[in-house]
Amino acid sequence: MSSRRGLSLVLAGSLGLTMALTACGGGTTRESQAQQPAAPAPSSSAAASADPSAEIPEGLKIAFLPKQLNNPYSDIEAAGGKEAVEELGGEYSLVGPNDASASSQVSYINTLIQQQQDVINIAANDPNAVCPSLNQARAKGIPVVTFDSDANPDCRDVFINQATTEGIGKTLAEQALELSGGSGKVAVLSATANATNQNAWIEVMKEELAKPEYAGVELVEVAYGDDDDQKSFQQTQALLQKYPDLKAIVSPTTVGIAAAARYISSSDYKGKVAVTGLGTPNQMREYVKDGTVKEFALWSPADIGYLAGYAGAALKAGQITGAEGETFEAGRLGEYTIGADGEVVLGPPTTFDASNIDQFDF
Amino acid sequence: MSAATAQRTQETPVPPAPPTSAVERVLKARSLGIVLALVVLVAVTAAANPLFVSGQSLRDIALSTAILAILAVGQTIVIITRSIDLSVGSVLGLSAYAAGSLLQAAPGTPIVVAIGLAMLVGAACGLVNAVLVRFGGVPALVVTLGTLYIYRGIAFFWAGGQQINADEMPGNYLGFGTATVLGVPVLVLIAAVVLVVAGIVLGRYRAGRDLYAIGSNPDAAVLAGISVGRRLLAAFVVSGALAGLAGALYAARFGTVDAAAGTGYELNVVAAAVVGGVVVTGGSGTVWGAALGALLLTVINSALPVLRIDQFWQQAIVGALILLAISTDRVLTTRLAAQLRRRNSHGR
Repeated sequence: MSSRRGLSLVLAGSLGLTMALTACGGGTTRESQAQQPAAPAPSSSAAASADPSAEIPEGLKIAFLPKQLNNPYSDIEAAGGKEAVEELGGEYSLVGPNDASASSQVSYINTLIQQQQDVINIAANDPNAVCPSLNQARAKGIPVVTFDSDANPDCRDVFINQATTEGIGKTLAEQALELSGGSGKVAVLSATANATNQNAWIEVMKEELAKPEYAGVELVEVAYGDDDDQKSFQQTQALLQKYPDLKAIVSPTTVGIAAAARYISSSDYKGKVAVTGLGTPNQMREYVKDGTVKEFALWSPADIGYLAGYAGAALKAGQITGAEGETFEAGRLGEYTIGADGEVVLGPPTTFDASNIDQFDF
Repeated sequence: MSAATAQRTQETPVPPAPPTSAVERVLKARSLGIVLALVVLVAVTAAANPLFVSGQSLRDIALSTAILAILAVGQTIVIITRSIDLSVGSVLGLSAYAAGSLLQAAPGTPIVVAIGLAMLVGAACGLVNAVLVRFGGVPALVVTLGTLYIYRGIAFFWAGGQQINADEMPGNYLGFGTATVLGVPVLVLIAAVVLVVAGIVLGRYRAGRDLYAIGSNPDAAVLAGISVGRRLLAAFVVSGALAGLAGALYAARFGTVDAAAGTGYELNVVAAAVVGGVVVTGGSGTVWGAALGALLLTVINSALPVLRIDQFWQQAIVGALILLAISTDRVLTTRLAAQLRRRNSHGR
């Protein structure tokens, strides 16, 4: 895809921004800890088999299995992974289902095992459904890196978290507070009802909203648009009918936020109900410019794939084993440290609004 | 030819004396069941939330119905001939992407040209279906199940994961998706025109009546001198072209098109037709019924979230309501058929 070159340029910019935005992202200690390329961990804590100086061999077969193919967001992630694999001189392959249902990835994992891939990078559609197959892969010496959406920690080696669950949940809560003008009803339009990410974020958002500074904001409902345009449209309509005094809709999914924005921009509710959440700049540009959406956030999806690619290669080479405190180099992103439960955190999300959206193209 | 008479001729060799008044009553009763269900549903929902019958809400329902109804009209035309077209969802996706790509590449393209292109793509897909069904000698169910995946595959391949976003589509096209004439959305007017034309052709014109004859008894249709091949071809091409039209409207309404647009729509469309009294074994049903079916399904889908029915139950409830609608319909039909039989025997 020709946009990849542009993307990395953009990323350089967005990284700077990311740092600048840490404060308004409500950066927690945990977040800032994990995001800083931390000092090398004391070698004593590294697992016995990890050899930080191991070379990454050429020609590693690194496979990416996103939640769903042909989903623009997944594709950007995978493109980042491809970039990393190419930098490492490896062999990149991309497979995946056309729907994001719980069981759809299982057959692809089995195929990857049969193809004797060296590393599997997967964004799990369901934390448990993929577990048996992933463990089969690991039993055969194929390290498993989850990115974007985690599987059960028992069945993967490292999880590339786009941002901490806390960080995103807080960002969502702050968006709700700001766009409701400090008080009023807000609703969430999520993806599917069993989406791992969204549920975790919404959980944190709820905890945040329970705090005294959010006392004026009332979360009235979590609706599920199943990441389908039509369904998200209908759910948005229903929300607006159920709660005529709704102040804002927070949609932590790229399909949902675009559908909600499109619906509101073409309805009587335009200007009365704010839309925010997580979306890609290209998708949301129209609605930011027509005033339906004031701001929304997202991390760089390409960096997630990129980091996953490097983490996978480091695992295969034996540089890391997935134990807390191990560090590895991730190309242009610098050095990363593995946190508790094998988690590697990319960094806090970037906020987009009318003033900066034109600087991004993904 | 009504379902009652069609089925009766299959079940028992009663001479097909067509009592027109009874046929009318059957049709009336069928629509009556759906209309009744609609009224009850709207009344209950409106009682729970008066906003459900507000202007914005009605407009939304009409808009959602419009796309489904256009697909259901095409589907009805095919089902009447004892075939089925399962590829419509994929055709919608492919043609929506075609229209979107054209508009993205040449933002100055007139709306009519974009719609025309989408319909052409759809018609071509329909033609492939028809040729495979006719000359491959394979049942339409199998052929269109295959092309469902083929067309979707082509769309995926073409899109290569790219999405056409609202900011890449010309404003006048997006405006067309939400424009209204005297308060009625243009999309709804287009659907109404499609419905009326199809309804009149199927009901009054030879080309339409032939389709019923083919569906009721293909062998008899051949013997009667109906060019079955040509009519089937036409039916599939029309269904494809209407799916293409629906695709163009989809792009205008949602403003975001990727290769997955319309995934799974085929089942909604078949459900709309069947709920609307179109008999899957062919030879019976009207586009009016199918459009009502589409309206009912859309209202159900809009009403359940408003009624605060748990998300997890909504799909199951939609399924149950479809079964309920069909079984009610079945009961009405058999009762009327029995009545007809009684009357006929009295008459003899």
